Amino acid sequence: MKVLEDVGRGTVDVFSYAGGVAELLADAVRFILRLRIRVRETMDQAYLLGVQSWTIVLLTSLFTGMVFSLESAVQAVQYGVGNLVGGAVSFSAARELGPMLSAVVVAGRTGAAIAAELGSMVVTEQIEALQSLGLSPTRMLVVPRLVALVIMLPLLTIFADIVSIVGGMWVANIYAHISTESFITSARSVLPFGDVLKGLVKSLVFGVIIAIIGAYQGLQTRGGAAGVGKATTGAVVTSIILIFIFNFLLSYLLYGNS
Amino acid sequence: MGVYAHLDDVCVRYGEKIVMQNLTLDIVEGAITCIIGLSGAGKSTILRLLNGLKKPDSGRVIVKDQDITEMRERDLIELRRSIGFAFQFSALFDSLTIGENVALPLREHTKMSDAEIRKLVAATLDSVGLAHVEARYPAELSGGMVKRAGFARAVVTSPQAVLYDEPTTGLDPIITHVLTDTIVNLRERLNGTAVVVSHDLESIYIMADYIAMLFEGAIVAYGTVDEIRRSPNPIVQQFLQGSEVGPIPI
Ligand SMILES: Nc1ncnc2c1ncn2[C@@H]1O[C@H](COP(=O)(O)OP(=O)(O)OP(=O)(O)O)[C@@H](O)[C@H]1O
Ligand SMILES: [Mg+2]
Repeated sequence: MKVLEDVGRGTVDVFSYAGGVAELLADAVRFILRLRIRVRETMDQAYLLGVQSWTIVLLTSLFTGMVFSLESAVQAVQYGVGNLVGGAVSFSAARELGPMLSAVVVAGRTGAAIAAELGSMVVTEQIEALQSLGLSPTRMLVVPRLVALVIMLPLLTIFADIVSIVGGMWVANIYAHISTESFITSARSVLPFGDVLKGLVKSLVFGVIIAIIGAYQGLQTRGGAAGVGKATTGAVVTSIILIFIFNFLLSYLLYGNS
Repeated sequence: MGVYAHLDDVCVRYGEKIVMQNLTLDIVEGAITCIIGLSGAGKSTILRLLNGLKKPDSGRVIVKDQDITEMRERDLIELRRSIGFAFQFSALFDSLTIGENVALPLREHTKMSDAEIRKLVAATLDSVGLAHVEARYPAELSGGMVKRAGFARAVVTSPQAVLYDEPTTGLDPIITHVLTDTIVNLRERLNGTAVVVSHDLESIYIMADYIAMLFEGAIVAYGTVDEIRRSPNPIVQQFLQGSEVGPIPI
């Protein structure tokens, strides 16, 4: 009986969490559709949350592109298909690595920042202060962060795509003597532009996940500094899990029959 | 005089802890109602109920003839524009300067020009003894200064009703006097309603039209200053005298 009770309570929790997140997202979208977007704040957030993430995106995607190329290039050359390495690297970069890597590192950095900031605003009654002034926390705080991430994450993803492909090209050249021309020709023939766009669609969805989960966890914070810590960890863990799940679903939907 | 707000048979619980039980209270329109009671009695909670920041577990909250108990957040936000709220711990936005904090409701809800806003913000800050701090951040001010800035933000739009949560606690006697005057002036200028939670009996006796005493989750005494001071209720007398002996357990 105890087990059933626990499972029951867990299920109810999951549904009320999902309901709360959906409600927050719907509220934010309503403001966005009515164009009630605070431009100044959105640009500040785009800078803080997006632009300032470029170094970690650069480093993670550069090394991932390099290691991917390192492991495939030598073998490919051994099997006499060195001319396919460019295609393999750019194909996986645009479809999976770029969107996933940038989303996961941004979730760790930015999702945590959103949850911590909103969480400490809850704890110090600043959220209630906004409400008491007749201002919607969704419009004032959530919408700018959501819009900023939905714009910045695809841009960071393009950046990650390019960096990981260039990194891969460099390693393929040095390590397996695959010429740059051959790498690029192969990349061009394998990677349709549509795939790059689909990768960006993914990153757009990931941007929504990171912003909304971070904001929701932050706004749900209860109980002082410890609560802020919990909200922050919760935001990172939940959004990374959701990114993986949605990545699978989106890959299935977008690339399922190719 | 009319009734501005009405708490009807309100119960509030936090988890297992019952904070309010069948509490009923009228807030008279155009009057200053002071709420007194022990620390932790639920005074701040009453103010939160009055502008919908807290929903009662049962009972109703009526404000300006509207039942706000079931009101959606979107409609509540409209209502709150006419109610100022000075928080017990100020709740200033720490990412904004003092000037921006006080200007925020003006920027968002009025069509005033930047110059007009700047002037009104400076005048309001000046009236609480805070000249020339507009450009500083809350973290750079003393506790009492932050408190006064929160007060300024609550009254800068001259709202119809203002809820003050311990507006003078921790302030020096001169500023306490100034703020008490400000509360009274604002009421007179706008014929507005004020609810003041306070422990400062001296300023309560000066400004209050009505006093409500909260004890163990209910209003145990309500009346004008004279009625409360002459109240035969031993709980009220013990509280006003600050005595250790009496029915209030310590
Ligand atoms: N968020 C909360 N979670 C749990 N309990 C709470 C919460 N807020 C208030 N309480 C409890 O409700 C009771 C009333 O709190 P409230 O802040 O209204 O008291 P108060 O009369 O304003 O006290 P003080 O004079 O110390 O400010 C307290 O006992 C407090 O422990
Ligand atoms: Mg209080």
